[in-house]
Amino acid sequence: MLSLPRYRIESRKTKALLRSIIKYLIVIVVAVIPLIPVWIMYLWLIMQSFSPKVNLGIIPLGFTLNNWRFLWSPLKMGLKTYPNIWPITINTLLIALGVSGIVVLISTLGGYALSRMEFAGRTGMMKFIIALHAFPSVILLIALFIILNKLGLYGKGYVTLLGITLVKAGLEIPMASWIIKGFFDAIPWDVEWAALVDGCTRWRLWRSIVLPLVLPGIGAISIFSFLSGWSEFLLVFTYVKDEAYYTLPVLIYHMIGEYKMVDWGLLAALGLFFTIPTIIFFSTSQKLLLRIYVGGVKG
Amino acid sequence: MVKVVLKEVSKYFGKVRAVDNLNLEIKDGEFVALLGPSGCGKTTTLLMIAGIYKPTKGRIYFDNEDITDLPPKDRNIGMVFQSYALYPHMTVYNNIAFPLKLKKTPKHVIHEKVVKVARLLRIDNLLDRKPSQLSGGQQQRVALARALVKEPDVLLLDEPLSNLDAKLRIYMRAELKRLQKELKVTTIYVTHDQVEAMSMADRIAVMNQGKLQQYAEPNILYDKPANIFVAGFIGNPPMNFIEGSIMEVNGEYYFDSGVFKLKIHRSLGEMISSKTEEAILGFRPEHIKLVTTKAPNAIKGIVYVVEPLGRDMVVNIKVNDTIIKALASPEIQLTPGQQIYIILDERKIHFFNKSTGEAIV
Repeated sequence: MLSLPRYRIESRKTKALLRSIIKYLIVIVVAVIPLIPVWIMYLWLIMQSFSPKVNLGIIPLGFTLNNWRFLWSPLKMGLKTYPNIWPITINTLLIALGVSGIVVLISTLGGYALSRMEFAGRTGMMKFIIALHAFPSVILLIALFIILNKLGLYGKGYVTLLGITLVKAGLEIPMASWIIKGFFDAIPWDVEWAALVDGCTRWRLWRSIVLPLVLPGIGAISIFSFLSGWSEFLLVFTYVKDEAYYTLPVLIYHMIGEYKMVDWGLLAALGLFFTIPTIIFFSTSQKLLLRIYVGGVKG
Repeated sequence: MVKVVLKEVSKYFGKVRAVDNLNLEIKDGEFVALLGPSGCGKTTTLLMIAGIYKPTKGRIYFDNEDITDLPPKDRNIGMVFQSYALYPHMTVYNNIAFPLKLKKTPKHVIHEKVVKVARLLRIDNLLDRKPSQLSGGQQQRVALARALVKEPDVLLLDEPLSNLDAKLRIYMRAELKRLQKELKVTTIYVTHDQVEAMSMADRIAVMNQGKLQQYAEPNILYDKPANIFVAGFIGNPPMNFIEGSIMEVNGEYYFDSGVFKLKIHRSLGEMISSKTEEAILGFRPEHIKLVTTKAPNAIKGIVYVVEPLGRDMVVNIKVNDTIIKALASPEIQLTPGQQIYIILDERKIHFFNKSTGEAIV
């Protein structure tokens, strides 16, 4: 190879350089360009919410906090006054925390059983979980209504929200169990056996050895289920009739839905307010979430 | 320290018989190796003794007490796994202290014991680290410390040296043996490495396909293998085997391989032919004498390949279609293709029944 003439090596170098430039260009076209509209949307949201008027959607003309007035005064839309934002935020938070609490508790137990224990119908159950996920909750609305009604979990303020939390958690648990099962699978049997030999009971083993090793997984499913509870719209929209028990997504819907005159500035501010938990979670737990695809134990 | 007895123990996984009717007695303070190729059921046996697997049939006793149905935590055993199985989220100190914490040992006693065992294994400078910050050899010592800290009645070791590099393995071999003799703890050691088993164990249980092949002291396994499997498994390079039949001509006995005839002693010939006609001749590479000139009762062959090992060399000799391995001193000059004669020491040859594989002599 060393005996190649100098000019040929030069031309190969140029070719290699060209090739890598083309590679980068392809990456830019495929990955960066599709992101531009998304960034523009976010920019629009921010500009719109802090400025009385904008040009071309994203160039602000002046600064105002008027659009954020809902934080300290009742929310008025046309002739109608909606409840204060804070109780509604708390409603949303209750559902989100409730969902993630229930999901974490049940999925970590269920996922462990799916991963580690032999029982009749285990494989069938796992297939069924995936199948379950194919059905949207819309088709369950009527059946769920009847069930909630019979259980006395409908039309009674916070009790209704509890009912919704249970339903939402129920819908989230299968997938969360499936995700956390992957984390349990990644723990070698040896580690569990070692703990049993060291003197653990099965419960102690689960608590002291297994759970700490799937913490990234628990983090992931709690964030996912929290956000899914936070942004739940359909169930609240269908089952909650009393405005005092609205949640943020439903409130935002009403901001658009009821009048022809839409206050875009207010809507943008509400939208940003709604995304705050999402932004907090993703910026603090990015590494955790990425590990879902990398998997559990690191030796 | 206890005596461990396995009585007619079997373990089936579905239709697979991982362990089949195993009888084994391990004396108090003895170091026993379970030796066999992978998948022979040795680890399954160990896990049954640990209480992680339940035997399908049979009972296990510690000092005449039936512990078959006891969970692992009530057996007072220490175990080291091939992967070490350290708890990744705990420091070395907490890893070692964990068994004691579960026993609700007072804190100052835990501290004393952890430091003591860490000193014994020379890991006392690593107590604050996490397992991921340790080298393989250090992890192995931590695993051993964790197994020893609770002063177990039985120490179970599942291929503890196989993940170490060659040099460390040889060092740890002696270290482990010394430790075991010092602590006098009944030890069961699973390995597929016959050198490890031979060099460390008081007795070796050779297993194959779930069945116990032979259970004896290392030198007996080597000198008097019970069957062709043990003969071929113990020793490196392995024993040479040649199939043939025993024939009698004019009151003299010969082993006839079809290619050569080997004259054997009358009493030996009578003994073999009383049991079988088809026999397998076995002899170890180190019991072969090589000569370059024709000699009586020598087998003629051609030098095929010579593998020098430094201290000695392995000579591969082609006798018709079979390759025979012989150990020779490196002083002999041999070139491939050269004619050579093999002389066997009749006191050190083995005969096996061809149909059953059992040793005759």
